[in-house]
This record gives sequence, C-alpha cells and structure tokens, in this order.
Amino acid sequence: MNKGKAFIKRLTGYRLFLPLFCLVLVLFSNLIKTPGFFEVTIKNGVLYGYIIDVINRASDLVILAVGMTLVVAASGGTDISVGAVMSVAGAVCCFILSGGQQSVNEFVNPYILGVLAAILAGILCGCFNGFLVAKLKIQPMVATLILFTAGRGIAQLITKGQITYIRVESYKMLGSSIPGIPIPTPVFVALIVVLLTYVLLKKTTLGLYIQTVGINAKASKLMGIKSAMIIFLSYVFCGLCAGISGLVASSRIYSADANNIGLNLELDAILAVALGGNSLAGGKFSLLGSVIGAYTIQALSTTLYAMGVSPDQIPVYKAIVVVVIVALQSTELKRMVSKLQTNVKSGKKVA
Amino acid sequence: MPNEIVLSMKNISKTFPGVRALDHVDFTLRSGEIHALMGENGAGKSTLIKVLTGVEEFESGEIKIEGESQMIINHSPQEAQEHGISTVYQEVNLCPNLSVAENLFIGREPKRAGLIDWKTMNRKAAELLSKLDMNIDVTKALENYSIALQQMIAIARAVDMSAKVLILDEPTSSLDDNEVEKLFRLMKRLKADGVGIIFVTHFLEQVYEVCDKITVLRNGGLVGEYEVEKLPRVQLVAKMMGKDFDDLEAIKKEGKTAGKSSEAVIDTKGIGRQGTIKPYDLQIYKGEVIGLTGLLGSGRSELARSLYGADKPDCGELKVNGKTVVLHTPLDAMMAGMAYLPENRKEEGIVADLSVRENLILALQAKRGMFHPIGSKEQEELANKYVKLLQIKTASLDTPVRSLSGGNQQKVILGRWLLTDPDFLILDEPTRGIDVGTKTEIQKLVVQLAKEGVTVMFISSEIEEMIRTCSRMAVLRDREKVSELMEDELDQNHIMKAIAGGGTDE
Ligand SMILES: Nc1ncnc2c1ncn2[C@@H]1O[C@H](COP(=O)(O)OP(=O)(O)OP(=O)(O)O)[C@@H](O)[C@H]1O
Ligand SMILES: [Mg+2]
Repeated sequence: MNKGKAFIKRLTGYRLFLPLFCLVLVLFSNLIKTPGFFEVTIKNGVLYGYIIDVINRASDLVILAVGMTLVVAASGGTDISVGAVMSVAGAVCCFILSGGQQSVNEFVNPYILGVLAAILAGILCGCFNGFLVAKLKIQPMVATLILFTAGRGIAQLITKGQITYIRVESYKMLGSSIPGIPIPTPVFVALIVVLLTYVLLKKTTLGLYIQTVGINAKASKLMGIKSAMIIFLSYVFCGLCAGISGLVASSRIYSADANNIGLNLELDAILAVALGGNSLAGGKFSLLGSVIGAYTIQALSTTLYAMGVSPDQIPVYKAIVVVVIVALQSTELKRMVSKLQTNVKSGKKVA
Repeated sequence: MPNEIVLSMKNISKTFPGVRALDHVDFTLRSGEIHALMGENGAGKSTLIKVLTGVEEFESGEIKIEGESQMIINHSPQEAQEHGISTVYQEVNLCPNLSVAENLFIGREPKRAGLIDWKTMNRKAAELLSKLDMNIDVTKALENYSIALQQMIAIARAVDMSAKVLILDEPTSSLDDNEVEKLFRLMKRLKADGVGIIFVTHFLEQVYEVCDKITVLRNGGLVGEYEVEKLPRVQLVAKMMGKDFDDLEAIKKEGKTAGKSSEAVIDTKGIGRQGTIKPYDLQIYKGEVIGLTGLLGSGRSELARSLYGADKPDCGELKVNGKTVVLHTPLDAMMAGMAYLPENRKEEGIVADLSVRENLILALQAKRGMFHPIGSKEQEELANKYVKLLQIKTASLDTPVRSLSGGNQQKVILGRWLLTDPDFLILDEPTRGIDVGTKTEIQKLVVQLAKEGVTVMFISSEIEEMIRTCSRMAVLRDREKVSELMEDELDQNHIMKAIAGGGTDE
C-alpha cells in the first residue's frame, strides 16, 4: 500500500508526467467516441488511419516547437514569425525549382539547390530576428512581429503574388511518402530534427548555456558566457527549424502558397512549448516536453475532427481543452486547492 | 520583565526532499524583545521564518499569535502581514526595475480619486528614508542602488508597515558599521514601542549588542532558548556547532605575507570609468592579499569590476604580468587568469534553477569553451571536491541551488571560482551570510591560496575580517582611491581614520 503510494508519488513527480498524461488523456478519449481511432490499415503501401494522421500531421509543428523551445528558454520571449518564415522558405524553394515560372512539371534547377536555398532563407530570417533581440535588445515579441507581418509579403513578392506549383513526384515525397516505405516522410524528418538537436545540446554545452542565460543573464556574463551570442544563436536555430518545416509543408501541397503555409502555426508552436511543461519565462527546458506538447495539439485537432466537429468550430473546443490542460499544470492552482483543503480541515476542527 | 507573549510556535516540523529542515522546533517571542535566531548555515533559520509567514507549508505543529483565539496558518506573506507579522527576507525580494518609492509602497500606494497619488507617494518615501538618514532619489529605479542600500530600503518598508512582530533575516549581511548602527537605533526604538523582533545574523557581536534572548537551532533541531547575559560567546558558538570552537583565534599574523614578491601581477595606470570610478594607479604583487576598504558606495566594487572587464573602463592602461592587455569582457579577464566573485549573490551569482553541480562547474566550462564539455565524471569529481572543501550542505549534487540555504549558496559561488584555478582572484564580500565556523575556514583558505602564489583582492564590510586576511589595503572614498595602508598600519584605528578621511593620508 505504502509502496504503491510512493510509486505514484515518484511517477507524478516526474517532470514529463503531466504532459504525457494529457496526451494519453486526449488519445484515449477517442476510445469512447471514435473506437476506430486506433485502427491502422495499409493503403497503396502506406500506413493509414487517424493515429497515423496525428503522427504525420504533427511533424511540422514538432519541428517548429524544437526551435521555439530554445528561443523561449534563452530569451524568455517567443518568436512569432515562424509561420511566416515557413512560407518564405516554401516560396524560395519553389522559386528556385521552377525557375520563376508559375507551374512546372520538372525541376528547372537541382532539387538540392532549392532545399539549401530554403534552409538558408530560414537561417537568414533567424539571424534578422536574433540581431534585433540579442544585439538591439528589442523585446522578442516586437522584434519578431516585423517578420510576422512582412514575411508573407516577402513570400508573395518571390512568387509574384501567385501560387507556384511544382508538379514533380519527387518533390511531393518529403511531404507524403517515399515508395516502398510505409511510414510518411515527415515523421522521419521530425525525428531527425529532434534527434540532431538533442545530440547538439548534449554534445556541446549549448543546452547548459541556453538555460544559464535564460535563468540569469547577468550572472552568465560575469562567468564568461556570452549571453547575447547564445540568444542570437537560439533565434538562428529557430529560423532553421522554420525553414525545414516550411519545406515539408510546401511539399505536402507541392506548391508555395504564401498565404496559407504555416498559417497560425506560430501560436501552436508556442502552445506546444507551454504544454510541454516549459516556462515561457525562460530558463530550464525539456525538449521532449515540447515534442509531446506538439503531438498533443495535433491529437486534439484530429480527435475533434474525427468526432465530426466542423472545422470552423474546432478552435473553440481546442481552446477549452487547452485551458483545462494549462490549469492542470499550474502550481498556483495546486496551492489554492491545498489552501482550500486546510481551510476545510481546520473549519471541521472548530465545528 | 513580564512582557506578554506575542508569538508562539510549537513543535514545528518541515521536511524538504532529502532534508529534515525543522524537527519539532519551538519558538517563543514576547513583546518588546529582540530575539536572536542563531545556527549554522542550513540549520533551518530561514525555513522557520518562511513557515511562519506562509512562504512554505509545514507538516505539523502550531502557531499562535497574540489577539487570535485559535492557532493560525498563514498561506502567504500578505496574510502574515494581516496578522501583524512584517518580514525582511534573507534575499532582498523587491522589484529592481521599479522606483524606490514604488518598492516602498507597493500594494499600499496612497491613492487619490482611485489613482495612485505619485506626489504623495514620493514625498512619503523620502520622509520614511530620511528617518533612517538615507537621502537618496526615491524616483530612481531600485537597481541603481547598491545591495546594502536595497537592504536598508527593504527594512524601511517592513518597519513602516506597523506590526506586532518584525522579522529580520540577516538584514546586516552587507551593511557596514554605520548602517548597522542606524538599524540598531531603529530596532531599539521599535522595541520600546513593544514590537517583538526576530533577528537572524551570523555576527556574534551584533547579537550581544542588541538582543535579549537567543534561540539556537542545529541541523533542524532546537538546541535551546537562552538569555543573552547567561550565554557567553564561546558557549554560543559551541551550541551552534555542537562542538567547541574558538572563532576568535585569529589566523596568525606571521606567515601571512610569506608569498610576497616584487612581481606585479596587476599594474594599472589611470584606469577609470566615468561616473563609477575615478582613474587610479594600483600595483598588486604576486601572492599578496590586497584589501579594498571604504564606506558604502565609495567605489570598492566598482574598482574591482573595472579590473575584471565587467564594466569596461574608458581610460587608462592595464598590465597583467607585465603585458599590456585590454579586457573587453569578463571572458577575456578569465582567460588572463582572473576570477571575480560578485557581491550580489542573487542577481549576479547563482543560477537558481540549475543544480549545485552545474553551478559549480559553469565558470570552468565557459573558460574551456563551448565545444569542450566537461564530462559527467569529471564534473562529479570536481563538484564533490568543492562540496567537501567548503562544507556545502546539500541533499545531493543534483539539487537545484535555489533550495540551498543562503550561506550554502554563497559557498557554491565561491567554489565556482576556486574551481577555475585563477592566478588573480577578486572576492567581493565572499563571506556574506556564512556562519562563524566556515567563515574562519574561508579566511584561512584565502591566506593559504596566497601562500601558494595566488593573488587575491579582498573586499569586505567587516574590518575584522580584512585585518585578518589582508597584507595591504587600498582605501577608497567617493569613488576614488585615496591612499594605501601598509602591513604595519593595518589595525582598526588606522583603517577607520583612513576611511573617514582622517590624517593617515600623509
Ligand atoms: N525550497 C527548498 N527545497 C529543498 N530544501 C530546502 C529548501 N529550502 C531550504 N532547504 C533546506 O533546508 C535546510 C535549512 O535551510 P535554511 O534556509 O532554513 O537554513 P538557514 O538556517 O537559514 O541557513 P543560512 O544561515 O545559510 O541562511 C537546508 O539544508 C536547505 O538545503
Ligand atoms: Mg537563511
């Protein structure tokens, strides 16, 4: 009995317990409403089903959330331009591959060139944000607001205000699947990004530095850690992630749709970080937590969709569930509950 | 003195993960009494206070307050305030970017027509501070003032909220004698008005100067409550440490300067910075401990910071080991063999959420560079070594440093810099908040390091401590280096005169 209690205490004390619990809760709510949710079939050699859909569609968000986590941790602010940066990256890639035409049936330039250019575009956007925040000390929200608004305009400029289509099978693979492999490609991309980031944070001291700077920038400086540099790097990295995510998103629709790629995704990315149990005030972070958060958000969308909620009502339900999840994780709420408990207890004693 | 009991705590227990912080502790406070709460670092003093004021919850025990019929549990400092308990916590917890006046009146701003009446607020703030002989600009942000002034402001705020019980957790840790004197006058006045005061300090002289009673804690347990007159100093120390120890047995004067040589490690010509420190010349020799002394705000820390590149000087020339260098950033200074322990532990020292291990190795890691991470085994060895050397009391190496007691946090930061193996070590108030036993150990360590060839710059508000460790002193006044005191002039008298601007200049 006591052992069991201790076990539960250890389990609930584990940092990722709540995020994981929320994810499981969302997924299992389907057991009642949509029993077919966990069914997986194979169609045209590719796995198919709601659950696969969650994992597949969450990939863009997972990649964004990884970058966002570092930005939040280092600067205690958020990068709200990532959605727009995705569309820039998509536009750049399609522009290179189409050679400026509106629709092509084969690559005008080598595929790799387009990919590299898109990633470079993401990095450049990150440099711009990082410069504003780290060097000019502009508030992150304001600094990234510039690209948030201008980003899609830039993308429009590149695509000359039209949707550029790349109707080439190999272009679609990044966003769908590679023949012979049953798992959708975006899942791998997300996995690789997460793993590489994890290794980068562990093998260099970047992870430690980011946390140190996020917790106490003044102390970091006196210890010889260049806090401005670390913050700058986190924004660059976030831009890189947005670039990769933009490539995946553009491949899904084999086009550069400047108005729709990554639309509102910045908010989901921030939310993913928060749902992962990370403080938006910066400091200590858990990469895995953000990843779980991202999957939770997608699971929620897909669940609502599977339940037949109409797409324009989904945000409302999503908001309600998010409020509940965030409240579950709030320490202030826990405090209030415990205060209530002691009040009730002492009240009983008096009576 | 049949003074009535204003506060009684009985059988209080509190456990943190891995630590029994309070174990059935009793504490009684009477009106018009100044009651010292004593114990080593990590004994549970601050925890007892936090439990009382609702910052932390406690597991068992009861608290009674005069005027309340039943036992009370405070859930927040505000609630404690409503019960007449006013507190100055160990770590100044005001808002650095608000003005001094706002900090003084936050949560109880004078209003007119529903809006904050700024004029009245600023006037009242100035009045309040002038009662403590502090004439500063109350509209400036708090962060512009030194930690000592911030401490005084926190005290002024607590005192102004009329209370039955006033708690001061190490209020004097960064004050110099003058400020302490002001504080004591204030405390005595409140005592005469019938306020009960709980006073936590590691300065034994202060206890004997103002206190009536002493309660001693050791390792979370209650050792006892004593009348001050009946507990001589040696016995008090013994009660705190659980063994006999003579903290006054000074480090022997001889041998202190054994390592002195004529090799100037640091040589400055006219280094200065507009508005913080006037240009100064200073030679520091290998293996000596040079002290910086002066009143609050005389520029001691500023001088140290200008050497270290923390606040880059805007004129003058610096030679390190005979070579002219320009230190743009602290990292440059570290690479040149320097280390700097800043005075403000909370703002510039600890990285609160990181573990003791990480906090210890951070500076060394920065010195080695981003692509040469210190392996976990080496980290552990290094951290263990310094935890042992400095007797840091922590549940484990992976405990976040924020959950250590104040004195133990200070030891961690000290350890962080010792670990970088510097040639020139700048220590700004290194023993702030550290208990008597460990303080002596650290002083010994400093002298030992100097013997081994490390050059040390030592800053402390405590003159005793400076006399024990320093072999030479530079005196500062009004942000200017005014004179130097040689070894044979290092006594209380000479130093006081020099600081105040007496005749020792010639
Ligand atoms: N939030 C916390 N989490 C875990 N342990 C804690 C926490 N706060 C205090 N402790 C532990 O409780 C013990 C008592 O700490 P406390 O701060 O009361 O000491 P103290 O007597 O005030 O020491 P000091 O003189 O250094 O200020 C210490 O071992 C400390 O590590
Ligand atoms: Mg304490």
